Amino acid sequence: MFGRLTWDAIPLNEPIPLATVCVLIIGIVGILSLVTWKGWWPYLWREWITSTDHKRIGVMYVILALVMLLRGFSDAIMMRAQLALAAGHAAGFLPPEHYNQIFSAHGTIMIFFVGMTFVVGLMNFVLPLQLGVRDVAFPVLNSVSFWLTASGVLLVNVSLGVGEFARTGWLAYPPLSELAYSPGVGVDYYLWSLQISGLGTLLSGINLTTTILKLRAPGMGYGRMPVFCWTALASNLLIVAAFPILTATFAMLLLDRYLGFHFFTNDGGGNPMMYVNLIWGWGHPEVYILILPAFGVFSEVIATFSGKPLFGYRSMVMATMAICVLSFMVWLHHFFTMGAGANVNAFFGVATMIIAVPTGVKIFNWLFTLYGGSIRFTTPVYWAIGFMVTFVIGGMTGVLMAIPPADFVLHNSLFLIAHFHNVIIGGVIFGVMAGYTYWFPKAFGFKLHEGLGKAVFWCWFVGFYLAFMPLYALGLMGATRRMQHYADPTWQPLMKVALGGAVIIFIGILLTIVQLVVSIRTRDRRRDLTGDPWNGRTLEWSISSPPPVWNFALLPTISGADAYWNAKRHPGKFAHAAALIPLEVPKRSALGFFIAFFMVILGFALIWHIWWLAIVGLLGAFTVTLRQAWKTDLEEFVSVATIAEHERRHPSQVARA
Amino acid sequence: MKPTRPPYLGLVGALTLCSLLVGCAHGVLDPKGPIGADEKVILFDATAIMLVVVVPVIICTLAFAWWFRSHNARALRLPDWEYSGRIELVTWSIPAMIVLFLAGMTWISTHDLDPPKALQSEVKPLQIEVVSLDWKWLFIYPGEQVALVNQLVIPINTPIHFKLTSATVMNSFFVPQLGSQIYTMAGMTTQLNLLASESGTFAGLSAQFSGDGFSDMRFDVRAVPEEEFKAWLTSAHANTEQLDISRYLQLAAPSQHVEPAIFGQVSTGLFDDIVHNHGSPVISGRASSL
Repeated sequence: MFGRLTWDAIPLNEPIPLATVCVLIIGIVGILSLVTWKGWWPYLWREWITSTDHKRIGVMYVILALVMLLRGFSDAIMMRAQLALAAGHAAGFLPPEHYNQIFSAHGTIMIFFVGMTFVVGLMNFVLPLQLGVRDVAFPVLNSVSFWLTASGVLLVNVSLGVGEFARTGWLAYPPLSELAYSPGVGVDYYLWSLQISGLGTLLSGINLTTTILKLRAPGMGYGRMPVFCWTALASNLLIVAAFPILTATFAMLLLDRYLGFHFFTNDGGGNPMMYVNLIWGWGHPEVYILILPAFGVFSEVIATFSGKPLFGYRSMVMATMAICVLSFMVWLHHFFTMGAGANVNAFFGVATMIIAVPTGVKIFNWLFTLYGGSIRFTTPVYWAIGFMVTFVIGGMTGVLMAIPPADFVLHNSLFLIAHFHNVIIGGVIFGVMAGYTYWFPKAFGFKLHEGLGKAVFWCWFVGFYLAFMPLYALGLMGATRRMQHYADPTWQPLMKVALGGAVIIFIGILLTIVQLVVSIRTRDRRRDLTGDPWNGRTLEWSISSPPPVWNFALLPTISGADAYWNAKRHPGKFAHAAALIPLEVPKRSALGFFIAFFMVILGFALIWHIWWLAIVGLLGAFTVTLRQAWKTDLEEFVSVATIAEHERRHPSQVARA
Repeated sequence: MKPTRPPYLGLVGALTLCSLLVGCAHGVLDPKGPIGADEKVILFDATAIMLVVVVPVIICTLAFAWWFRSHNARALRLPDWEYSGRIELVTWSIPAMIVLFLAGMTWISTHDLDPPKALQSEVKPLQIEVVSLDWKWLFIYPGEQVALVNQLVIPINTPIHFKLTSATVMNSFFVPQLGSQIYTMAGMTTQLNLLASESGTFAGLSAQFSGDGFSDMRFDVRAVPEEEFKAWLTSAHANTEQLDISRYLQLAAPSQHVEPAIFGQVSTGLFDDIVHNHGSPVISGRASSL
């Protein structure tokens, strides 16, 4: 009846997960009760859960990412605490079977549910606004994508209380992840949650790529798109090209585990190295999927707050697209030590270094954007400067490891861990935090608290250096990744410094919450009624904050890059005399929510081998999707009166000028 | 009056400690053989070349940001400056030239330090076969008919030719002070050539996560002078325990934190059998001889 699911799956005799689960359950029940008590359900259902508005969906993605950052970070600080303790004969407080789940969950959550989710959220919110259009290409699909991501998140977190998570590392290399070596449900949780959320990511990639390619304001040729749109285009093209590889690879591993196939097994003609090639065929583009939009954010932030156009726009675009293409040609550098020949290793080493050229060009162009500017030191600028300083160090250690003989001694060491945190924290996290602060007033109509924002930055900046510079040193001393304890007591002082760094980052994360709460409570003082709080350059700043559902009452006509900046200088060109007309907007839709609901059931049932329930989940998801196909009444009209009323209250700046 | 200690002294102390530890703490920066020494040179050279650009970029970032702050009345303002062909040429050329140089260095060094490439030496290489098990290392000396668990004894100034495989999941054989690591994979054989030029005891480990007992897959490599190695071999042969198929199967069963062990005799062809067996827990007899 319940497959493999028995009471043994609940970790009743393991205090740490049990306590965590109890706190989580109390928290969730508390929030749900509050929502019920306050009578917020109808509002949440109508305005958020079933919303097809790209701005609402973007905000929900970001909230999801921030919540998962807390989860991923709890894992991180437990790992750091374990390693600060477990020197010499000390065993620390986490046994291997628990510790191994923690680092696997940390990597999986931080990449898929913090990095990806945050980046996709920002792109969702910003792209249509910057492109000067009213929504993404497929609004209902957008909602489905978000809810599929949320399904993956839910399944990963269920593994905390029911069963276990993978103990294989975040990429689940076979043969360790095969049934012979990982018979439990951990790898199945990993695979199904990523299959479901990966589907969401792919659909989102298709949606945003189509949006950029097919929906742009009149006159906005490719050469006039804001650089963030270009980096988002590159990122989404990579999603469309790379995520099917991930899905196919996981599908093969699932066939091995569920139906006794031998794609990646040790025996029966399987080849684990094939998995490693395939997974990095997705995995290397993946890091550029994350970092390219962050580059876009920095381009916008640096140009806006320097009061200058971005230096070398065409170079930036070429560099972005060069990185997009090259990112598919370097996957083998993740396993130089697997015994490929010297020619193969050298080829991939050199190909990897070539990526440093367009990346270097970007850094120089930001530098020359600062040059001659009039820089306002707002919080996003702090993140941007912190990024430039930090990222070049991470880039340098990356190129270092691209030299195969250097990688032979650094591969899988803590040096590697320091390197990729250097580029992911210093690049992606700094980028999304800059974007969050920069576009927050656009989403909600008031600015975040500046002082607390800078405090958050300093915590992350100082915390990062304290947490990861010691790891560079430890890696050179021979410390390897994923070890649960170590013999050499001379490593312990550096491990303690790293723990200190993690604690400082923790304070930064707490301050992010404090900043949000304080800013909301004092929002009346922070209101921005102009819609253009930063003296921006791109179209999103030309409309009210928050923007109306239809974004633009009249589509702007674009005659150059930095469209809104030029419009502010030469009003008239941008303004449009056309009369308002009723606008078609997508109706709200519960499709995404219901698909996700059935996909969670499907995933959970498959993980626990509850076959009848799996059929229920599959049929349910199929039925609600099929039902959508017969729906014809998918749009509604906003009347001219409503639009005119909004325009009267929030005239666009240009109209006022 | 006692001077008060400035608060940053602790940090400075920690950083100094950090650099000291890196210098002398038995890691890849303290190599004891030619492979490790060459790799250290590559690490230093490549870092130095890149620092030539990275340090100025960091300084320029901070300097530009500070000088062009909006309150600085003396700063030059170029609110419309967005393109300069000459600067663009420089921004593409600088990274391109550095990468060109590093690429040359990469191509040459990758071929020089290719793990299967035999080392040039007058001395005949010693063959050692390496098998990673759950969760311990088995080292077989086929020529000497000796096998060791979780310890390795090698003569100095003698090239060691390792052939490696796994009887379980992937692992990576790594002795940081000797240089290059290489993966062990079931059903496959990888090769590695190393040499110790000084005697001493060096830590070895698995660098590829392999499951619950992974952290204890450590072994000491004892590099000793030739005569001492011969003496050690004699004493090893005196050990009566034999590594045959049944003893191997016992050994291959998962176990953690395994103490070093020694076998005075080894069945011939055991390594090849393990390779041909693709990591299967049961060795089906003389697969290789069929």
